[in-house]
Formats: sequence, structure tokens, C-alpha cells
Amino acid sequence: LARYAPRAFRAAATVRRSLSALAEEEAFAPLRPAVTMFSEEEVAVRDMVSSWCKAELQPHVREMDREGEMKPEILQSLFANGLMGMEIPEEYGGSGMNFTSACIAVEEVAAVDPSFAILVDIQNTLTNNAIRFWGSQELQDKWLPRLATDTASSFCLSEAGSGTDAFAMKTTAIPSADGSYYTMNGSKLWISNSKEAGVFLIFANAAPEKGYKGITAFVVDANTPGITVGPKERKMGLKASSTCPLTFEDVKIDASCVLGEVGMGYKYAIEILNEGRIGIAAQQLGIAKGAFNATMPYLRERKQFGQAIGDFQGMQHQVAQLATEIHAVETMTYNAARMKENGLPFVKEASMCKLYSSQVAERVASKCIEWYGGVGFTEDIIAEKFYRDCKVGSIYEGTSNIQLQTIAKIIANEWE
Amino acid sequence: MRVLVGVKRVVDYAVKVRVAADKKAVDLSNVKMSMNPFCEIAVEEAVRLKESKAATEVVAVSVGPKQAQETIRTALAMGADRGIHVQTDLRTDQELDSKAVASILSKICADESPDCVILGKQSIDGDFGCTGSMLASLMSVPQCTFAANIDFEKKTVERETDAGTEVVAFPSLPAVFTADLRLNEPRYATLPNIMKAKKKKIATLSASDLGVDLSSGNEVLEVFEPPDREAGVFVETVDELVGKLKDEAGVI
Repeated sequence: LARYAPRAFRAAATVRRSLSALAEEEAFAPLRPAVTMFSEEEVAVRDMVSSWCKAELQPHVREMDREGEMKPEILQSLFANGLMGMEIPEEYGGSGMNFTSACIAVEEVAAVDPSFAILVDIQNTLTNNAIRFWGSQELQDKWLPRLATDTASSFCLSEAGSGTDAFAMKTTAIPSADGSYYTMNGSKLWISNSKEAGVFLIFANAAPEKGYKGITAFVVDANTPGITVGPKERKMGLKASSTCPLTFEDVKIDASCVLGEVGMGYKYAIEILNEGRIGIAAQQLGIAKGAFNATMPYLRERKQFGQAIGDFQGMQHQVAQLATEIHAVETMTYNAARMKENGLPFVKEASMCKLYSSQVAERVASKCIEWYGGVGFTEDIIAEKFYRDCKVGSIYEGTSNIQLQTIAKIIANEWE
Repeated sequence: MRVLVGVKRVVDYAVKVRVAADKKAVDLSNVKMSMNPFCEIAVEEAVRLKESKAATEVVAVSVGPKQAQETIRTALAMGADRGIHVQTDLRTDQELDSKAVASILSKICADESPDCVILGKQSIDGDFGCTGSMLASLMSVPQCTFAANIDFEKKTVERETDAGTEVVAFPSLPAVFTADLRLNEPRYATLPNIMKAKKKKIATLSASDLGVDLSSGNEVLEVFEPPDREAGVFVETVDELVGKLKDEAGVI
């Protein structure tokens, strides 16, 4: 069907052009929207989030980066304005919106502070959605209202010995004899926002003898005895977002905390990360746009040799190149989001936009420092922060090498 | 109490506007539009009245093109109950004047019988600041402009003037209030409320439906930017400064 549609559309367009009467035009199929044409609510989300960021978030960005802390009032405001439960249904106190709206929110927050964007992204695209897709009614009733209104979450998959090779995880959650609870032992590493989180989505092996087919997902209250959140990593960027190790010592977890089915955790992890990638792409897009928009005015202000540096052809060509790449990332990312919403297979496209967006964000952030010249190398200008913040984009939620691998495998299958 | 609020779609306050090539108007192509900041304050005041149970219904009205419905939707997302859109393709920053808008609003008020009308004190594109006063006059009701605080119990309003704050009493409702910056700090439309606003109704009318003639008594001849600020002059002595202020600038 996809192959025939373009031909039919072209034929229709030719006929439409040759007939001038409005009546004939209206007889044809309605105009299909551009990928970057958003619904009224999606536009309202973008406006609201960017206003909120400008007023509530922007004034504190530098301080939070320096202190390595998120201000609790800002976190509360995120919840109060509905940004932490964007796809959670209204009955649970969520905003009842679609996946694209969540991506828009992540993008707009990232353009101001990528640290807050990763918090919003993980909450909406990983934790909330995993619980909505696979959680029992009991689990949903218990956690969705809290996730929407006051509880931040962390996604706990990686360990010291298993990053890309996630299935090689060593953390175990051995079922009790009667199966009524599990005992978790092990540790996790690089867990984003673990200092702020009230709930952890933890992947652990409930049957190590089965290999990865024993991996099970658990929704665990952060206050559960035996869980220790270690000290924050001192990172190059995303400093306001706490990244800590977790240790589990004989943590007793009730069987009702199991997300979905025992032994299906590996599948849930893969599937949820596939869509989470589009959220990361939105974050990288926000970083690219944020850096670019913060730098463009300077190209008009700064004069050398009697003219604005933005008038030099060398600069103009660099600007045009990067604006083109940002536009490509934008269309790729929102197209992948729409494909997911429309129930189309999107794994390849999600990998592509995660891969490419992290590359573009790095190029843009780097060039923005150069465009600012010497002062771009100082903390007086925001460009250096975007440069530090974007680097992990090609690493977390699937390294660039893994994205290339994923894309290559799918293409190989297409050509079998 | 039913509260009617006016909301105008204007160029976003953060945008650096440019004069169009023909010098007849401001260039609006691809420019970000938003609700007039003073209208946001008016909506906020009305929604607070509803929250304190002093008001039962808030109706948001906008006069403008089809996209004015987005502005009404924002008011609905802030807490207004329903909207009225009076459709016109006249440029709302210069072709549609305060008298036309006030006439439209007075016709709507004749139908809706609000107990209180709150408008922004001025729009940031036209900056006329007349609509509220004209509306009160057409409705023959009291007007309290530049309101920084409204006390419906005591029936007093604190007005911001150049000389300071003055307190005026209004005899009764209905009355027209225009919102000053200090009246309140408007809320964000939370995301759940943006979704709820989708279900609220917006009625669409035309000026001719209301029997209002939109032709303006004014014609815009030219729009131009203010002259560039010139470089300052250094003076050596206080006497020289005083001399320049008196003889050249003519300010003392």
C-alpha cells in the first residue's frame, strides 16, 4: 500500500493543478500534514513548556550546574504543571497526552537545561510507559498517580560489569520458596536521578540458571530496606542530574512488585529502550537548538573588521550547514514519534534519530563555542555547558556503536 | 457572578518586531504570537474569582482571525469555562480600533449580562489603552482602570497612577475593570488543563452578526522605527552640563 500511495498522490496533484475549480479540488483526498505540523494541544504544550522554562528554570541553570543539585522547588513545579506524567491518563492525575507531546516537552526543557530534560525523559518515556504497558492493575493503581504528581523515578539496568551487554547483569532477585517475595542482591551503576527518585524500576535476574531469560523487572519503592544510594558521580556534564550507584543487600521485594511476567524483563528492557531512544533524540535536538539559538544573536552583535561576524561567508556557510542538520534531526525525531503513535514498526528509525541527533548536538555545541570566540570558552557563556552536557548523548540509552549495529541488522534483514 | 474577560492575540512580548517593507505596518510573517500579557492577568483574576467561589462562570472573548481561537483556548486552559470568538480578518494591531472592539464587547455583554468585565489595561501592539473605558461608557457602567487590586467585598479598587496608588470606590456591579501589571501573577496552563480545555466550547460570531460596523475612524499613514539612539557627548564641567541641558536639550 505504501508503494502505491505516492503514485496516486502524484496523479491527483497533476489533475488538481489542471482543474482550477474549487469543487474539483475538494473531491480529492485531504492534504497530508508535514511532520513538523503539530496539533493544537502539541503547540500549546510547546508554548507552555518553553514559557515555564524561561521563567522558572533558566534563572537557576548555572547555579544548579555549579552545585550539582536540582532545586526541589523546580522539581515540584515540574510535577505541578503536569510534565512528569504526560501520557498518564487523567483518571490517574496525569496529563493524558500523547508520545509526541512528551517529546516536545523533553526538547523544550533540554533547550534550557538538559539535566532536567533527562529527568523528564526517563520518567515519561521509560518508567511511566513501562508501567502502563506491562504493569498489573494493582501496580498501575499504586504508582501512576504518584509518578504523575510527586514521585520521580530511576531506570536501573546498567551495572559495573554490564552496560551494552545488559543481559550479563549480576544482580539477582531470588524467589522465596512460596514465591510470595524475592530477595535482591547486587548493585547498579550510572543510575540517573537516583538521589531524587522515590521509585526504582530495577532489572534483576530471578533465575540466573536460565541466563537472560530469568531477567525480571521490579517496581520498587526507594525506601525499601537494604537499598543504598551511593555518592553522586562527578560528571563532565548533566551535573544537576544525580548519577549514583545503587547497592542491594538482601532487599525483600513483594511479588506484587514484579512488572508483567517473571523472566520477561529482558524483553521489556529492549522494547522500552527502543522508544526511549526517540525521547533522547528529542533531548539532543533541544540541546542543539538551545546552543544554536543562544549563539545566533552574538553573530549580529560581535563586529570585527567593521562588520558583524555573521556576515562573513565562512560563518554563514557553517550556520547554514548546522541549521540544515538540526532540521534533519527535528524531522527524523518527530517522524519516528508519529510512526510509533501510528503503530508502525519504528525500531530502525528510533535508532537512527538517537544516533544522528547525538552527533549533530555535539557538532552544534562545539561550533557554538567557536562562534563565540574566546568568551565561548568561559562559563560566562552557556555554549560550554551544552558542549559538556551533550557528550553523554552518544553513550547512554544505547551507545552509538550499538545504534549502528541495530540499524545494520534491520537493514540486513530487509535484504535477506 | 459571571465574569467576562477579553483576550487579544498579539505579537509575543519577547519578539523584536520589524517594520514591513511598505512602511504601512509591522511585519507579522513568521512572528510568534501570544496572549497579550495584560489579558493574561485579566484571565488570572477571573479564574481566581471562580476558585474563591465569588464567580460562577468565566467567559473568554477574543476579536480576531481564526487563530484567535488558540488564544481563547489558552484562556480555557487557564480556567475559563467557555469562549466567544468574533471573527474578523482586519489587522487587530491597527485596522481594528478600540471603538470597534468596545462596540463588539458591549453587544456581547448585552447578551451575556456579565456582572463584571475584566480587560487588560492595554495591548502591547496598539497600546491605546482605550477599550476598557469605551466599553464602560457604551454599557453605562462604572470603570476602574489600571487596577492593581480589586476588592469585591468593599467595592474598592487600587489604581496605579504616575503619582502613586489611589483607591477608588465603585458603587455597584456590573462594572468594567482593566488589569495593571501588579494585579496578579498569571498561572501557567498546566498540561492536564490544556487537555481539559479541548472539551470546552467556543462560539464563533461575526461582527455583522452583532450589527457592529468595524470601519475605523483612523487611517495609518506610516509605521517607522524610532530614530537610532545617538552617541552621547562627554562634558568637562558641571556648568557645561547645565548649559547643555538648558540650551540644547531644553529640559531645564
